[in-house]
Order: sequence, then structure tokens, then C-alpha cells
Amino acid sequence: MFTALFGSVEQGIIYAIMALGVYLTFRVLDFPDLTVDGSFVTGAATAATMIALGYNPILATLTAIVAGFIAGCMTGLLHTKGKINPLLSGILMMIALYSINLRIMGLSAENAIVKPNIPLMSADTLFSQFQGFWSNLGIDDALENFIKNTLGSQTAPSTWGTILIVLIITLIIKFIADWFLKTEVGLAIRATGDNKRMIRSFSANTDGLIVLGLGLSNALVAFSGALIAQYSKFADANMGIGMIVIGLASVIIGEAIFGTKTIFRTTIAVVAGAIIYRIIYAVALRIEWLDTSDMKLITAIIVILALVIPQWVEKRREKRRKEKRRLDRLDGQTQLMQGGNHLA
Amino acid sequence: MLKLEGINKIFNEGTPDEKIALDNINLHLAPGDFVTVIGSNGAGKSTMMNMISGALTPDFGAVTIDGKEVTKLPEYKRSKFIGRVFQDPMAGTAPSMTIEENLAIAYSRNAKRGLRIGVSRGRRDFFKASLEKLGLGLENRFNAKVGLLSGGERQALSLLMATFTKPSILLLDEHTAALDPSRAELITRLTKQLVEEGNLTTLMVTHNMQQAIDLGNRLIMMDKGQIILSIDDEKKPALTIPDLMSEFEKIRGEKMNSDRALLGS
Repeated sequence: MFTALFGSVEQGIIYAIMALGVYLTFRVLDFPDLTVDGSFVTGAATAATMIALGYNPILATLTAIVAGFIAGCMTGLLHTKGKINPLLSGILMMIALYSINLRIMGLSAENAIVKPNIPLMSADTLFSQFQGFWSNLGIDDALENFIKNTLGSQTAPSTWGTILIVLIITLIIKFIADWFLKTEVGLAIRATGDNKRMIRSFSANTDGLIVLGLGLSNALVAFSGALIAQYSKFADANMGIGMIVIGLASVIIGEAIFGTKTIFRTTIAVVAGAIIYRIIYAVALRIEWLDTSDMKLITAIIVILALVIPQWVEKRREKRRKEKRRLDRLDGQTQLMQGGNHLA
Repeated sequence: MLKLEGINKIFNEGTPDEKIALDNINLHLAPGDFVTVIGSNGAGKSTMMNMISGALTPDFGAVTIDGKEVTKLPEYKRSKFIGRVFQDPMAGTAPSMTIEENLAIAYSRNAKRGLRIGVSRGRRDFFKASLEKLGLGLENRFNAKVGLLSGGERQALSLLMATFTKPSILLLDEHTAALDPSRAELITRLTKQLVEEGNLTTLMVTHNMQQAIDLGNRLIMMDKGQIILSIDDEKKPALTIPDLMSEFEKIRGEKMNSDRALLGS
């Protein structure tokens, strides 16, 4: 159980980068961007193809980020220049990317033009490269001894290197996002999601900002996809299905638990939300009568509840406030009448 | 400073709903002019403002600001030199962002936005000093989200944001109409103060005749898409509401439907 949870946390930290991308469009830009399902795979496919062809994993990952950025910009252009509704722009791009992703993966094979998946079993990835450096430090052995001898636990994670490196990457992304959203361009992007008319009257090109915002968001999503492909040593054309809903679930769970008072806090909430989602996922898989394939239904239900319950709570609160105010008023009136009687 | 030449605009041309919104509008504002615009509903006041701001483009005619022809320039490029305050207090600010962040957005109006931090320490002092001029205590609520402010406070903030980068033209579109009388009074006073301080060339639409008479050095009256009366800075100081009403009757040969205009709103 412990090892399974440990793996979930590792994955959750990687998926958190995707959730930060979803936060950027869904919350900051107020643009429900469905490109994510496609651009996540684009990131994975690009990185996996390049790694399979023998390129350096760092270069492969950077290329994946650029590919995601381009995909996001395309969705933005469909919406702003093509005047297509935001949801439809995302869906069109997502479906187009499905074919493109198969073509990208096809580049890794000599005898086929399309390919539905790429295994990376023996290939050199970011993680295997870091592991080479990490195991020389001997920290894993020390920690294993500590856990087995001092804590008396039977199981210890095989390595702490992976969780450390993904945590560092995700935290760097989080701090860059915090900083970016406070720059002049970042403020303009936030205002675009908040009040388009206002930001246009302050000489900002909302079309350009939407394209840029979608590009950056999908660059993060593709980055996450590239890391997941290297982490699980596998890229697959279908690995992105439902990714937008998982991203939304992470954002919503995180915000509900940790709050949204400042940007700094909200981005922490989103990262934590992604990790919590993975833990819920791992726990749900241990329930006997549930199948792996049920997880999409469960995710949908989590998002639906997270969207609906706050409305109910707010309605009840409002009703109680109204009732209280009415009682206060009635109270005031009786006192007034009593006062009047007294004077008479 | 601002020149409108032969501006025409027809909405829904060729349909039963066809409406001539602007009919050959010519208007010239010298630097420092403060022109108030009155007229009944549908007279074309807001359409004229939208022509200047670039939210709408004219069918014919030219708009010139500061010697530059801007007729074809998109709204966001034009707003480098135009400050605007809207009627709706919600329209001029970003509600989920803080007061200082809103000010930072306004501050980068006439510069290219880059990767500098929006609210830097040096700017914060300037923002604070600017907010103090409003006298509303907003300088002590720097990190409050603008959505938490009252309508009057938001409109005062919008006014500050529209003026503190010294735009070539300031457009005020019934910016006190949605406020209660005491708040409207406050915003009117602040308008006067900020326009005078910056010596801003200003065009203000209002439904309130008294406000149109009290503020500014010139006044124009619009009706059915035309400017039917123009009072210059020599005659304006002596102007009264009955004067305006009788002028309207003389020109149009009908009584002005003026309940709303008279009582103000």
C-alpha cells in the first residue's frame, strides 16, 4: 500500500504541472480549454519519439513544451481570429491533435507513418539520467537503513530521487507562474479573464493575450505529458482522454481545501489538489468492486459535486442570512412599538 | 486635440430596424477643452463616444486625435491616448484583482507591457499618493479586491485610473448616472478636480442638465444623430436650464421630453 501511495504522490506532482496549465485557462483566463486532452499526448508523443530516436531527453522535453505552446496558440487563434466559440475551438484542436499525435509517433518507426504508442523500456529518460547521478550520492541507502532500522517499517520506496526531482521541477514552475502573473503582461492576462472591456480600454490587445495565455497553458500541459511518458516509460495516443476533467478536479479540490486568497496560495492549492486527486485515485483502485475504468466516472462525479455543492451551500447560507435579518427587523419593530406605548 | 469630420453611422442598414445613429457629425476640441454633451435617449451621444474610442467605426468620416488620423485604428491601440470612464461602475475595473493591481494595469496604458513586476515599490508610492487625492481612504485598502468596493468607490477609482497617465482625450459616458445623488456629487467634484489638475481635454456625456451646465467650458446638444446646438466658452457661464429648453424648442419646434433630463439621474 505504501509503495502504491508513494508512486501516486510522484505522479500527482507531475500531473500538478498540467493542473497549473488548466488553472491558467479555466480560472485566470476564464476560458474552458479542451485542447488539454490532445496537447497532453502531444507532449508525451513528441518527447517519446525524440527519445526513441536517440535525442537527449532534455532536448526532447523542451521540444515537447514548444509543441504544446503551438497547439495552445492554434486554439487561441481559432477563437480570436476565427470567432469560434471557446469550447468548440478546444474540441476542434483536440480532435485535430489526435491525428497529429499518431503522425508524430509514426516518426519513430521506419516502416509505418502512424503509430499508436511508443514504449521507452530501455531508453535513456530524464529520470534515468537523474537516477544515475542520484544513486552515486548514497542517500537512498541511508534513508532505507533509517526507515527499516529506526522506524521499523518493512517497506521503503526504492528511490527518493524521482520524487525529489519532480518536486523541484513542479515548485520551479509554480514560482515562475506566481511571478509571471504579477508582471505587467500577467496582470493584463488576468484582467482579460476578469473584464475584457476594461483591459481593452487600457490599451491591451485581448486577442493577443488570449492566444498567449492558451499557448503557455498548453506548454505546461505538454510538459506534464512529456514527464509522464518518461516516468511510465510509455506514450500512448489515448493517454490524454479525460485529462481536462482530471485537471479541473485537481484545481477544484485544491481550491476547496486550501483557499484562493492570493495567487501564491492558489497555485499551492492547485499542486496539492493534483496530488490529492492521485491519492484518491490510488485508494479507489483498492476497492474491490471498482474497476480501473470506473475512475473516469468517479472523476466526473467529483467535479460535478465540487461545482454543485458550493451553490447549495451558498443558497442555504443566503436563506439563513435573510431569515436572521427579517427576525432582527421584526425585533426592532416590536421594540419601537413598545417604546411608543410607553411614551403614550 | 480631437477632430470629428463628417461622421456618419447607420445601424442595421437595409432592414426594417434601420436607424441613423450619427448624421454628419463635425466636432473640434482644442487642447484643454471640457465639452459636456446632452441629448435625449437615442440622440447618438454614446455612439459618438464609441466612434472616438474605437469600439465602433464610422461608415464615413474621419476621427483625428492629436493630429493623428485614427479612424481605422483598433480600440486597444487607440486607448493609448484615450482615458475612459463608463456608466456601469463594474465596467471600468477588474473585480477579482486588488486596487494596486488595477492601478498597475492603468499605469502601463501608454507603455509596452513587458515582464516587469506590475506593482513595484517605486510605483506603489506613486499609486498611494494618487489615491490619497481621492480622499476616500482607499490608500489604506491597497490589497482589497476591487469587487468589494462600493459603486461610488469603484467609479472614483475608475476615474483616477482613466486620468493619472494624462491621456490626450478623456471620455466620460454618463459616469455618474448609476450612482445615488450624494455619490454622484462626489464623483462630479472629483471629475472637476482631476480634469483641472491635468488640464485634460474632456468630452462628457450626461443626462443631467444641471451637471452639464456646471461642468466644462463648452456644451453641445444632440438630437436624432445631429449636433443641434453648440454653446461656446463665452456664453456658457450664463447658461441656465430654461435657456436650453427654449433653445431646443426653437430649433426643433417641439417641446423637449425632459423629465429625466431635468431631474437628472
